[in-house]
Amino acid sequence: MTDLRDLYQEVLLDHSKRPRNFGVLDDADHTAVGHNPLCGDKVVIYLRMEGDRIAEIRFQGQGCAVSQASASMMTESVKGKTRAEAEALFERFHELLTGKEPDAAEAPELGKLTIFAGVRKYPVRVKCATLAWHTLRAALEQKTETVSTE
Amino acid sequence: MSPAGDSVCSPIPSRALDVERIREDFPALRQQVNGRPLVYLDNAATTQKPRPVLDALRRFYEEDCSNVHRGVHTLSQRATEAYERARELVRRFLNARSEEEIIFVRGTTEAINLVAHSFGRQRVRAGDEILISAMEHHSNIVPWQILCEETGARLRVAPINEEGELLLEEFERLLSARTRLVAITHLSNALGTIVPVREIVRLAHERGIPVLLDGAQAVAHLRVDVQELDCDFYAFSGHKLYGPTGIGVLYGKAEWLEAMPPYQGGGDMISSVTFEKTIYNRLPYKFEAGTPHIAGAIGLGAAIEYVTALGLEAIAAHERDLLAYATEAISGIPGLRLIGTAREKASILSFTLEGVHPHDIGTILDQEGIAIRAGHHCAQPVMERFGVPATARVSFALYNTRAEVDALVRALEKVREVFG
Repeated sequence: MTDLRDLYQEVLLDHSKRPRNFGVLDDADHTAVGHNPLCGDKVVIYLRMEGDRIAEIRFQGQGCAVSQASASMMTESVKGKTRAEAEALFERFHELLTGKEPDAAEAPELGKLTIFAGVRKYPVRVKCATLAWHTLRAALEQKTETVSTE
Repeated sequence: MSPAGDSVCSPIPSRALDVERIREDFPALRQQVNGRPLVYLDNAATTQKPRPVLDALRRFYEEDCSNVHRGVHTLSQRATEAYERARELVRRFLNARSEEEIIFVRGTTEAINLVAHSFGRQRVRAGDEILISAMEHHSNIVPWQILCEETGARLRVAPINEEGELLLEEFERLLSARTRLVAITHLSNALGTIVPVREIVRLAHERGIPVLLDGAQAVAHLRVDVQELDCDFYAFSGHKLYGPTGIGVLYGKAEWLEAMPPYQGGGDMISSVTFEKTIYNRLPYKFEAGTPHIAGAIGLGAAIEYVTALGLEAIAAHERDLLAYATEAISGIPGLRLIGTAREKASILSFTLEGVHPHDIGTILDQEGIAIRAGHHCAQPVMERFGVPATARVSFALYNTRAEVDALVRALEKVREVFG
């Protein structure tokens, strides 16, 4: 049970049940779709950029708690950030999940996102947690093909 | 935390099967997963292997390892004998008329592809139709789609109702003068529905249409008699029947197989080769190009002997009891929706839990040592039919117990706790 709570922390469950920034962004100028067909997780990211800065971000999606909470928390983390800042955050987030960087959990810029350290023990679920981030990257790069982390 | 009756294990049904003793035959069942005794409920994906199957594999590689149908030396003779004995065991298991009708393949998927390539390319033309059902596994959809794409034929799909039962009148309506083949599952892997295949064969044969049955799920749970069913082809995999992976069987009526061209060319499937003309070998070898999975076939033979000794009727009765017990037990869980509630069902419980994605259910159950499947079960059209992206699936085998069902119910309560 302790292990389970590492993965399904209250914050994560809260975000999966009440996702923030959920819905279509009507004046979006960047969008991208992420889909993991094997498990069915789906995320659509909508961005409105102001220059180099993410002025507004929303998402829609369906799937497991990890994928949806990750998308929700990501929108909160990257709103107002520049492309480079968002990209750097993704790098740290990825290190946190894959455990390549043992200190990643300490990284102050990750903030609440450190709760995803629990995913490290569940390698098959890493793809759930990173789908939204890969989709964000695709949106920033204005890629049209659907993103997958499977 | 746990429902009442936690410590009071439900009595194990005292049918003909002595499940506690049987479990000792399966080494993989004697392990802990995440600190809990393994409760293996993913048998529709693959079954664990009993000691006699493992022994047969080891004996082949340690003592008889050699190629078949070629060498004059002792080991080759022993290997050939063991391989052909396995074929005879399969023949008896399916009650086929002749060993010629038993072709060893990699699994159900290859068996269906063999028919799609050989029978399909020979007999299916533009404007013809192949009829399947709405509850097929991808392996009984995609080979026909490929065939249709190549030939200009059309894939027709017989619908199912809310319970997951085939609509027989609709099925009959779809049989036409253009139908070249009916390809349908015997037991649905996503829903657990037992399909009335005898009736289907009768309806198709009245119109002169041959029928292929996908028996991947059925063979481990239902007694199959291909003569009684009168089906034209029957496909199954060894690994879902307690045998090794990588081995399966295509049964085909000799008259079809005789008329069909080879599926693959190579060694073993010819009787003579010159650059001008090659004469194909007789059945079943015409369809077994290259060195087969000899050990796999022998292991499958051992698996068939194992289940036959226990008795398929006794196995079916035990699993029926488990399915009824489990259906009742999990139906009481708030927010749980069963997907697939056909009157005739076997061994499979597919469900969703309100507010919890099946993958989260799978992860939490795994922490309790319980292995289930979460996903679309290679049957995406079925998921679409029921309006769900995925389900959690529990599937039983002869070695499962009521106590394991109780553990499952407790773990599902825990899922609800976590997700509040």
